[in-house]
Amino acid sequence: MTTPILRLENVKKSFGQKHVLKGVDLEVQRGESLVVLGGSGSGKSVMLKNALGLMTPNDGKIFFDGEDVTKSTGKTRAKMRERIGMLFQSGALFDSLTVWENVSFRLLQADRMRRKDAKERAIETLKKVRLGPDVADLYPAEISGGMQKRVSLARSIISKPDLIFFDEPTTGLDPITADAINDLIIEQVRSLGAAAVSITHDMASARKIANNIAMLYEGKIIWHGPADIIDNSGNDYVDQFVHGRADGPIQPAI
Amino acid sequence: MNYSQGSEIVSNASTRKRGFPNPLQWIGAASLGLFSEVGRLFIFFLKVMATAFTPRWYVAQVWKQMVNIGFYSLPVVGLSAVFIGAALALNIYEGGSRYGAEQFVPSIVVLGITRELGATITGLMLAGRVSAGISAEIGAMRVTEQIDALETLSASPFRYLYAPRFLAAIIALPLLVLVADIIGIMGGWLVSVYALDFDSTTYIRNTMDFLTNNDVIVGLIKAVVFGAVIATMGCYQGDRSEAGATGVGRAATLAMVGAAVLVLATNYIMSTLFVEIGL
Ligand SMILES: Nc1ncnc2c1ncn2[C@@H]1O[C@H](COP(=O)(O)OP(=O)(O)O)[C@@H](O)[C@H]1O
Ligand SMILES: [Mg+2]
Repeated sequence: MTTPILRLENVKKSFGQKHVLKGVDLEVQRGESLVVLGGSGSGKSVMLKNALGLMTPNDGKIFFDGEDVTKSTGKTRAKMRERIGMLFQSGALFDSLTVWENVSFRLLQADRMRRKDAKERAIETLKKVRLGPDVADLYPAEISGGMQKRVSLARSIISKPDLIFFDEPTTGLDPITADAINDLIIEQVRSLGAAAVSITHDMASARKIANNIAMLYEGKIIWHGPADIIDNSGNDYVDQFVHGRADGPIQPAI
Repeated sequence: MNYSQGSEIVSNASTRKRGFPNPLQWIGAASLGLFSEVGRLFIFFLKVMATAFTPRWYVAQVWKQMVNIGFYSLPVVGLSAVFIGAALALNIYEGGSRYGAEQFVPSIVVLGITRELGATITGLMLAGRVSAGISAEIGAMRVTEQIDALETLSASPFRYLYAPRFLAAIIALPLLVLVADIIGIMGGWLVSVYALDFDSTTYIRNTMDFLTNNDVIVGLIKAVVFGAVIATMGCYQGDRSEAGATGVGRAATLAMVGAAVLVLATNYIMSTLFVEIGL
């Protein structure tokens, strides 16, 4: 067996008295597309932020490509981040920069590429997410939500990462746009040969992009298995979530 | 509720029970809270300093902030200074005339403006305009995950956002204070000549004769410190900003109030110090 690209080992994270992650164990293999399901506020984003080192877990370990990166800083962390792409839930485009400057931000700042070359690369990458060169000079506020998600996707794939995180990539989009984003994610992840960890509570999207599915509930991964058996998981919690029923072991978050 | 931010807000476990709080307990908790807040701010300040004075510098960002902090503050600083200078001259004239000491108006105006008011007024106005502005901008970036995005793209927010604002502020503030000094003295001159019947040439000569380099330097040193206070407070509150429009609004208010109080407090400390060492 090869080393997984990402491994979380008993990761715990609390905010004051609030225990959000209570010991998460998770493995992501190279080239795998894993979808993590979970209700709103169940700690999905917190889990990703711990994996990325944007938050430090209170306990547990995080391995990236076999290396313990739980407390890494400086160069080691920068090296890891170079190999990870992240599509934020809100898109998180820099609103003071144009679309192409956003897409090639890493090339311009960290790699200090010349602006002309960086712009060329940005336009090339925008094409991969079906955006024409005409949007390159616009500002994020001047384009639609679906287009912003594409720009964000372009920014996360431009330096050809080995692992990409997608935090609710389709939330807030209409079903048709959402489906187009799903297609783009599948296409790009495949052509990069990258592993993908996507967070969603949208089952249609999960079925479409996942090889494997994991479910986060009450701070732990309570189920992890192949996507095609999700309807026969044998787990009451997963069943309730997959079929979107209000009654069952999970209490609605209201 | 959705907190999409990287800063980790650890809520202070309140020792307060429901009902009327035990006053001792309350004072204890409040002062502990204050101490840890000051500690966090100071650590943040050291980190900003350390980043600001080591390469690499985002020169374009510094320049952009200089224009924002320096250039666009000129109107507000100029207007405040002219009114303060004018009011100062009036009051000194009123007080001085009780002892037949009206002739001291030019010298006390120039001393008051250069050593105290030019810098303080600039500091206070910028605590409002700049500190609140910076914290609202950075707070909005924090809650829309732009700060997290910077980090994942290997650009440190300290280097890319906070250090340029810090550098721009400590460069722009002294320049603004120079402007405030000149316009403030002019305000005093205007009132003296047009309302109090001073002779213009004599007034200007008295001003020049009285003014020493040290008076100006004192104001400029203060300006550098105020610049550091204003930029640090804005970045700090923005960085800690909590989700939502109320969170960002709160950050802006806290930055403004905090910066204004710190401007006045550091001003007093520096004034004491400068008198002590005879500067
Ligand atoms: N920076 C933070 N400070 C305090 N609490 C937080 C922070 N980030 C997230 N939380 C809390 O953690 C819980 C999980 O949040 P999140 O991971 O964003 O949920 P989701 O699964 O919807 O992505 C929420 O209850 C939220 O209140
Ligand atoms: Mg989330």
